[in-house]
Amino acid sequence: MNDPASNSRPRGFFIRHPSRFACLAMLGGLAGCGVPNNPNPPGSEATNTYFTATQESSPKYLDPTSSYSSNETPIVFSVYEPPLRYNYLKRPYVLEGRAAEAVPVPHYYDKEGRELAADTPGEQVAESVYDVKIRKGILYAPHPAFAKNADGSFVYGKLRKSDVSGKFALSDFPKTGTRELVADDFVYAIKRIATTRVKSSIFSVMGDYIVGMKDYAKRVRQVDDKLREGIPATERDLPFLDFRTIPFEGATALDDHTVRIRVVGKYPQFKYWLAMTFFAPIPWEAEAFYAQPGMIENNLSLNYWPAGTGAYMSTEYIENRRHTLVRNPNFRGEPYPCEGEPQDKAAGLLAACGKMMPFIDKVVMRIEKERLPMKSKWRQGYLDEPDMDHLTWGLEFGNEARDSDATAREFAQKGFRFPRTVEATNWYIGFNWLDPTVGKGKTAADLDRNRKLRQALQIAVDWEEYSDLFESQGKAGPAATGPLPPPVFGFRTGKEGFDPIAYEWKDEGGANGRGGHAVRKPLAVAQKLMEEAGYPGGRDAKSGQPLTLNYDYQRVPTPELRAEIDWVIKQFGKLGVQLELRATDYNRFQDKMNSGSAQIFWWGWNADYPDAENFLFLLYGPNSKALTKGQGENAANYQNADYDRLYEKLRYLDDGPEKQATIDKMVTIVRRDSPWLWGYNPYAVGSYQPWTANAKPTQMARDIFQYRAIDPAMRAELVRQWNPAHFWPLWVIAFGFLLALWPAWRAFKARERTNALGAQVPVSASTTGNA
Amino acid sequence: MAGYILRRILYGVLILVGVNLLTFVLFFTISTPDDMARLNIGGKYISQQQIDAWKVQHGYNKALLWNEKAGGTEKFTDTVFWERSVRLFALDFGASDTGRDIGHEIATRIGPSVALQIPVFALTIFISVVFSLAMVFFRGSPLDFWGVVLTVVLLSISSLFYIIAGQFAFSKLMRVVPISGFADGLGLIKFLVLPVAISLVARLGYDARLYRAMFLEELSRDYVRTARAKGLTEQVVLFKHVLRNALIPVITNIFTIFPVLFLGSVVFESFFGIPGLGSYTIEAIGQQDFAVVRAMVFLGAILYVVGYVLADIAYTVADPRVRLA
Repeated sequence: MNDPASNSRPRGFFIRHPSRFACLAMLGGLAGCGVPNNPNPPGSEATNTYFTATQESSPKYLDPTSSYSSNETPIVFSVYEPPLRYNYLKRPYVLEGRAAEAVPVPHYYDKEGRELAADTPGEQVAESVYDVKIRKGILYAPHPAFAKNADGSFVYGKLRKSDVSGKFALSDFPKTGTRELVADDFVYAIKRIATTRVKSSIFSVMGDYIVGMKDYAKRVRQVDDKLREGIPATERDLPFLDFRTIPFEGATALDDHTVRIRVVGKYPQFKYWLAMTFFAPIPWEAEAFYAQPGMIENNLSLNYWPAGTGAYMSTEYIENRRHTLVRNPNFRGEPYPCEGEPQDKAAGLLAACGKMMPFIDKVVMRIEKERLPMKSKWRQGYLDEPDMDHLTWGLEFGNEARDSDATAREFAQKGFRFPRTVEATNWYIGFNWLDPTVGKGKTAADLDRNRKLRQALQIAVDWEEYSDLFESQGKAGPAATGPLPPPVFGFRTGKEGFDPIAYEWKDEGGANGRGGHAVRKPLAVAQKLMEEAGYPGGRDAKSGQPLTLNYDYQRVPTPELRAEIDWVIKQFGKLGVQLELRATDYNRFQDKMNSGSAQIFWWGWNADYPDAENFLFLLYGPNSKALTKGQGENAANYQNADYDRLYEKLRYLDDGPEKQATIDKMVTIVRRDSPWLWGYNPYAVGSYQPWTANAKPTQMARDIFQYRAIDPAMRAELVRQWNPAHFWPLWVIAFGFLLALWPAWRAFKARERTNALGAQVPVSASTTGNA
Repeated sequence: MAGYILRRILYGVLILVGVNLLTFVLFFTISTPDDMARLNIGGKYISQQQIDAWKVQHGYNKALLWNEKAGGTEKFTDTVFWERSVRLFALDFGASDTGRDIGHEIATRIGPSVALQIPVFALTIFISVVFSLAMVFFRGSPLDFWGVVLTVVLLSISSLFYIIAGQFAFSKLMRVVPISGFADGLGLIKFLVLPVAISLVARLGYDARLYRAMFLEELSRDYVRTARAKGLTEQVVLFKHVLRNALIPVITNIFTIFPVLFLGSVVFESFFGIPGLGSYTIEAIGQQDFAVVRAMVFLGAILYVVGYVLADIAYTVADPRVRLA
């Protein structure tokens, strides 16, 4: 439709270009026939727009207080600016200032309010105070909530329900405004963690850490109850709950650019939370704007239309279809980082050093429900990145290239890139510590016997094989050797880091471990452990009955999952253990986990922050799911007093030798007890086009879009080259159809000439006869 | 006829009550309000207080069907079923469990569904009828034989195969249409060409074979012999007399798929990325959004009732001997 060549089309065009004529004829000239299979608007490939997708459904929460899922955070982190961020290139992850000038250094106080030295033991610290310095001059993206009249009143400050009728997007409010970000906006956001109005993702955590948060929540509820008096509980149109009017001692603004946050005791991990959206500033004007009558009924809320200071602003929200971010015209710009990992320079990731971000003008995210179309669009060049929240597609593409030379050639010719890394995530098989057979048991003898059984299975289940087999499904990564994944402080590699329960060390390269490697112990070792556990050959030594265990799975198995489950069953079968599958839907599975009735289960953890504490707390006794009725994250319900003591020490420690030594002890304890089969740490693999620059796979740094850059001219040219339309098969199909009509036409004519007796009548005689 | 239609509408209300009750019972047999809350809240660190608050805000904190604690009629009316159902009959669909306005979503999504289904509907009827009449015209001949073989082959293949093969051939190999997607305005034509063509092929086998059987049955009637005896050509006999007299079963078949015109096709909308009501329904089922599932089932039931009333009226037009009383 917008083909610029159409104006200069010479005479005889249709004759000289029959295929284009066919295209125009068939599609009414509406498809942008230059590249007719282009699903993007014609010509958009030559614009500075980044096309990506997310699978299945729209992000559920764009409200920074609620947002947590990986398909939400790329949008939320692009629109909002929490105080801190992770450096985009450095690994292990390093925190740095974003809206804040720098990472705040806490000051510690005792119960009497006296300041303590920085190295005071954590047990003696009653309170940590974080004074966060906010950068000056940061402006909010244009938003109607800030629009003001000449007299200073808000343009959209006193709307009636009828004024909002028919308005379903922010663009329906033509006037916008802005203002500078101030410390009170952070205070407002922290207070809002105690909200009664929307989902607060981390209230249960912050309630324990921010001074006075639980009491504050009670006061908020009292105020809200008063506001709701006489209003049905299910009514969504509610009066503005203004957190500014409810004072909170846990977070205060010292001045316009300093926020003070008071934390209970010593909690070194608190700094990581400051890099999450829950601490991103929220302007009260936006919440007041959305609290007006009729707004929520028309899907106008912070959940769909965020108001932030980030590099982008959300301009389109079409649920389960498309989301659009556009460059925030008020964004100050930030320099692209100049330091990263050693290999980043060679990968071209430092080429943009010091240039002002963002580089891309617009980001379009489509919802792709089916895998096949999404993969095809990426291979055709219509998606710059196949899925913004799952970094597993690169594994699938890599596997396809290995399976087919033609595909490998295509990928190489097109210049696709699949950089990979290991993220702070794990998948494992857990044993329920409350179970008499695989858990702790009732006696010391039980404990020893069950431990040997778990250790035997630790050896038998070959995660290296799993990674090879299921790479095509995006499930691959190095076999884990303990609860910690590689990118966190405390993880050890080489001879210092291998799991001596399941592996043995081969000093092939020298006694110091350099060049040596860990090898999974032979199955005979596991079989011997089974004998010692009282299950020779997988049978109970007393009863002779085969050992049958139950494997609880969190989904009803699809054919794809079935292969994976069968693999697990086969691994247990190596030791003669019969594994019975108890697959169920996720809700029933959670009920089982919360009540501690599962025996063996499949589970995973995606880190909140890249710190060992966030993994080691998964085995901390008081966090047991069953004991806390589902509130804890210790899914295995593991209990070990020594481990718990070490954990309580660890959570006060900053990264350093003491923390490393503590982690080593904890890892040694859990390796011996083996409450999990350690599973694997999945690869995060990016899938990037040749025209995409500054792309590095990460699941921790989520403000990815502002770093990305593309070369639109190169994309337009390559997309054209990669997608030459072939119309001739359509002609063949049309010709074949006509050919099929020919015998029908002949038969019709013959029938016309047939008389009642079935004899053929000559045409002339027939004509004469009729005449 | 007015009395008949009124009666059918009253029957329709009873059907709607039954459908609503059945949907409710089936949904809450496999899902509890706590499950729904957990799924809707999502993420880590969900507390029981959050679940309870969600249930209060969404009205799922009451008894489902029968409130033992209440007195009198409130035993029935102070329940989730009653409160949710009464509004439905006023066509007030309310908000989804994720908080979005269902009426607005339906209004937005009905367009893409209709844009896909209307051409499919019209072309399928036209081509199936013409193709089946052609087979009847050449009945007993090799053309009829191969026509029947073709229809059997077409109806034996799953529509999923047509979709995948069609996307592979026309989007990946020939590259003449996008593999999936949607656009507003006239730009949507290029996105609809492939799903419409595939829908047509997927339905052609079944419809053409069904219509052929109906038309062949009509051919044995006395009026056909009379028409031929009058010297009418076979084309006139088939396209004028047989077609008209065979319309009643054709109409029944057509109005069976009437609700799909508005509610869309789950499979096609999912595979081709068409943001219609079919995909809306399947998304709601996946997210255990009872408010949307119930609204869509209710809307579907209304459309079925309307479809059957329209079919009855169409019978009287197609065959003047039919009297609705």
